[in-house]
Amino acid sequence: MKMEKNTTAENEEKMPLWEVFSQAKSGKPHTHVGSLHAPDGTMALQNARDAYARRGSASLWVVPAEAIIASTPEDSPMFFDPAEDKVYRHPQFYKIPRSVRL
Amino acid sequence: MESQPHNRDISGNTALDEAQRVKRFEERIQAGERIEPKDWMPDVYRRQLTRMISQHAHSEVVGMYPEGNWITRAPTLRRKLGLLAKVQDECGHGLYLYCAAETLGVDRSDLTDELLSGKAKYASIFNYPTLSWADIGVIGWLVDGAAIINQTPLAKCSYGPYARAMVHICKEESFHLKQGYEIVTKLAQGNSAQKEMVQESVNRWWWPVLMMFGPSDSDSSNSEDLMRWKVKLFSNDSLRQRFVNGSVGQAKAVNLTLPDPDLRFNEESGNWDYGTINWDEFWQVVKGHGPCNRERMRMSRKKHNDGRWVREAARAYSARHPEK
Repeated sequence: MKMEKNTTAENEEKMPLWEVFSQAKSGKPHTHVGSLHAPDGTMALQNARDAYARRGSASLWVVPAEAIIASTPEDSPMFFDPAEDKVYRHPQFYKIPRSVRL
Repeated sequence: MESQPHNRDISGNTALDEAQRVKRFEERIQAGERIEPKDWMPDVYRRQLTRMISQHAHSEVVGMYPEGNWITRAPTLRRKLGLLAKVQDECGHGLYLYCAAETLGVDRSDLTDELLSGKAKYASIFNYPTLSWADIGVIGWLVDGAAIINQTPLAKCSYGPYARAMVHICKEESFHLKQGYEIVTKLAQGNSAQKEMVQESVNRWWWPVLMMFGPSDSDSSNSEDLMRWKVKLFSNDSLRQRFVNGSVGQAKAVNLTLPDPDLRFNEESGNWDYGTINWDEFWQVVKGHGPCNRERMRMSRKKHNDGRWVREAARAYSARHPEK
């Protein structure tokens, strides 16, 4: 089993990293509040409560940090390029008679 | 979470590339943008931030010891609840900060090793002892008050994860400040022994608290880079002055005196001038010769060893009960 390996001195502190998301109030979005190390998801959630919700939260998520796929800063200009020149996606692009209130 | 900076362009022209990257980096900071973990950053910026954030994290952790000392001896249940909650917050702050430091590519266990081996520094104020209950009030009022003045600007620093951690921390510190000042007020309005106790405590803490802002600007190295990169937003002396200006009225409101015969209002500058800080004492404490340095280190190692079985049990449990 993995247990022996995990209790050696050099591995003593290594636990997976979890990203913590908290919903401040019901109906609000979950937002990233920080991260922590824990051996599994259940304990990550309990620790997240103690570390990031000492003054309350409506709901908490913990996600393994390595499960997050993120855009990279190097590729950002190209990656987000399709949105750059599409002004017609905004309401300001369209003209309607001044006398009308929509 | 951490990605290595890409230092080479296709032509292999690394020198030009580096200069361009620094220029772009500084432009972003000037424009008020935040730097995020995967963004390119100069090595010096990464190193300075790692040092600052980890020192800050260590300070939160070591800061629990002087106050933890009084949890079992708090005079009432109300005081005990408040103090316990405050010490739990310090622990939480340590965690937020270790996680922010890790986004710069260091490992949490390496940071712990640096603290336990004595290689890393923490705030020198925590090397002073808590001798009376009044110290708990005075720490909340003056030590946390100074920390808030130091830290509030950091919530606007250029490194995103540090700035966000500081927003959380500053919110929670305001409760620490108030619980401290409430204790001070109560003692200052008490009988003569209580008044004496709180005044004695203020006398002991005042000067070490002024040292919390760090060396005078004239003796502070590498401040210029840090200011340009918005890692540091105000100079040590200007933050210290802001703290002194605020403290004078707070002391007066509860009939306490600050132990500085040179303290007087300067009409011209609008500031309270203060006496000379004993920098020899500051450097002695920083170098490990303060009243409690050894005790704090002993406690750090003991706490780490005493907690080992909890970490081992957590790992053993999750190994035996795999999720899904």
